[in-house]
Amino acid sequence: MQPLVVTRGLRFRYEDGTLALNGVDFTLQPGETVALFGPNGSGKTTFILHLNGLLMGDGHVEVCGLPVTPHNFATIRNKVGIVFQESDSQLFMPSVLEDVAFGLLNRGMPADKAAECARAALDRVGIASLAPRPPYHLSAGEKKRAAIAGILALDPDLLILDEPTTFLDPPGQRALAQLLGSLPQAKILVTHDIPFAEAMCTRAIFFSAGAIVAEGPVAELVERFDWKFTPRR
Amino acid sequence: MHIPDGFLAAPVWGTLDAAAVPAVAVIARRAQRGFDESKVPLLGVMGAFVFAAQMINFPVGVGTTGHLVGGTLLACTLGPGPAAVAMTVIIAIQALVFQDGGILALGPNILNMAVFGVLAGYLPYAIWGAGPRRKTAIFLGGALSVMVSALLALSELLLSGVRMPGPVLGLSLLLFAVSAALEGAITVAVMQALETIQPDFVRQRQPARAGSSLFGIVAIAAILLACVGVLFAATSPDGINRLGIQTGIASRVQTLFTTPFSGYQTTFVQSAWVRKASSGLAGLAIIYAACIGLGRAAAARNRSL
Amino acid sequence: MHHAVVERWSRGESPLHRRDARAKIASLLVILIVLATAHRQFLLLSAALFVCLAIAAMVAHLPVGAMLVRAASILPFSGVFAIVCWLAGDNERALSLLLKSYLSALAVLLVVGTTPLPSLLRGLELLRLPRFPLMVAQFLYRYLAVISGEAREMRRAAAARAPLLTAATRRLRFRAAAGALAVLFARSYRRAGDIHRAMLARSFSGSFHPLETPRFRTADSVFLLFVSCGAVALRISIERFV
Repeated sequence: MQPLVVTRGLRFRYEDGTLALNGVDFTLQPGETVALFGPNGSGKTTFILHLNGLLMGDGHVEVCGLPVTPHNFATIRNKVGIVFQESDSQLFMPSVLEDVAFGLLNRGMPADKAAECARAALDRVGIASLAPRPPYHLSAGEKKRAAIAGILALDPDLLILDEPTTFLDPPGQRALAQLLGSLPQAKILVTHDIPFAEAMCTRAIFFSAGAIVAEGPVAELVERFDWKFTPRR
Repeated sequence: MHIPDGFLAAPVWGTLDAAAVPAVAVIARRAQRGFDESKVPLLGVMGAFVFAAQMINFPVGVGTTGHLVGGTLLACTLGPGPAAVAMTVIIAIQALVFQDGGILALGPNILNMAVFGVLAGYLPYAIWGAGPRRKTAIFLGGALSVMVSALLALSELLLSGVRMPGPVLGLSLLLFAVSAALEGAITVAVMQALETIQPDFVRQRQPARAGSSLFGIVAIAAILLACVGVLFAATSPDGINRLGIQTGIASRVQTLFTTPFSGYQTTFVQSAWVRKASSGLAGLAIIYAACIGLGRAAAARNRSL
Repeated sequence: MHHAVVERWSRGESPLHRRDARAKIASLLVILIVLATAHRQFLLLSAALFVCLAIAAMVAHLPVGAMLVRAASILPFSGVFAIVCWLAGDNERALSLLLKSYLSALAVLLVVGTTPLPSLLRGLELLRLPRFPLMVAQFLYRYLAVISGEAREMRRAAAARAPLLTAATRRLRFRAAAGALAVLFARSYRRAGDIHRAMLARSFSGSFHPLETPRFRTADSVFLLFVSCGAVALRISIERFV
């Protein structure tokens, strides 16, 4: 089966000269859920921004069989949805419904159909009643769901979530895990939340200094890099 | 200074509302560069920043605090066009949501603060921003933007018949001068702090040519003179003619600004409506032409380097 | 954030809330113009308008007392000018400044208290105002509370560390406040970039597409006619027959 994402030798340097990615080789199969671990500043967020063309580096990046070039941005951005860490910057429209419909309207869908699909997406994530509400008044968990709905409405093949449990309380984290577990799309989860990753992912990747240094089951990587709160004695 | 509804005479708010719409439309069109709406989030968020910035108090002395007005800061970081659009929206939201300033008075308020205020605030920076007197230029910009806005507002009130006896006028001007200096000081302080955080927020200026200092001084003096001129014209549009005749040479400066249109007044404009409106508009046109013309000339001189 | 009160009012339910924003905007303009251009028998007109606006507030299920108080926030400013005019001998103008500014503020509050701002902006767009500034207004309003919240946190943090205010520390505090503003600026600028990125990620290609286009119904036409003609008729009848 054709892999969903393939990167080979991906390099990226920021304008100020810092080398953020130093040769990343990565493959993702359809339907997989992968966790991305690594220290802050190791390039995880920079990496995921390359998967829909928000950043463009050197090397080979292919999504759904298409090279990530400006020519393919429109198609790729329909297939890859990113849920950013801060929901407030992602829910920028005056009401939840308008925000979820944003991507659909940009695709050229007529307004009434877009509204219908948006409501369906909100229903899917369980917050259909919040459609007319302004985003500011929502709780962190509701905002996260609304952001996910906005992506789901576009029917993507890949969902990328950047530190999704950051502002959620434990019940919220549990609810999010349940929701994500019910979605068939492939997922990449950038996270520091080990229990969350263990619950959701079969495979994990460890980033360090802009490159992938290890790959394997979540528990193995956690053990190997001592990537948990309780220090080893 | 946000003028509420009910203060200005119909000719004043009528003509200024009519003038404001195309002015804002033109500035908005240029700020957006065609029909691209990508700058919307930036201007919206920075507009929200200016609102939020009012919460942060700057100790002034004697138990008072001041806060940032913001036009010059936005102009020096986002550019004068985007800054004008952002300030326009800020003024509109202040009027609608906070009832700070009137709705019919939106035209005058926007012209005073978002158009002329921003333009006047940007001019010193455009001329001197790249040189060694950068801090002074920014201070001057902040002060000038508040001063020009306030003078124009005062003129509009006087033109509408709100009587202000001499000492009250003097006190108002003093208060304006203090606010102007405060805005200058706050803007400089914030710009300096911004430079240490991240230098690319602050617009890069091309090096100014030697000798443009004199040009700049003349430019700013001209703008201030124009504003003061409008103020004098506004204190008594009918009496200015009499005053000019009575005091002769001493008031030549005043007459200089009023003769072009006081001539019109007596010959063919009969109604007080049009008289007042044309006085006001002519004054504003002078200031606008001064800012734009001098700004363009400054840019042309810089480019010819 | 005290605009939260008006925001809450605007999301209520009443015959007035249900009217199209365009009708309310146009009616507001008529009322404001009738008020602004009134000269004769001004006291009576003011009283009549006040009663009408108060009744409208009741129809809109808005807390009348709170509204009257909120509109009074304009009075300190108008009051200063009114006192100046009064001292200069122009009593009529002094009263006019106070009454006109207060009633205008009340009328605006009535419209804003029954129309969520995004709907108001959409109404203005349909009335052919340029879209770019209206979209900026929409985003400004969306992020007003967010950024004000950040500012409030910074102010609280600074207050917790603040030294006793003396002449010596004033300069320090001034610089600290400037630093705080610079940080807030930088954060806001970064947020704007994040928002733009999120927009691009969902295929934004340079223009916004509205989701809903409200329909101007018969009830809205009736409302507009009733209010506009009513206001004009009120003024004419007071000036002519009293």
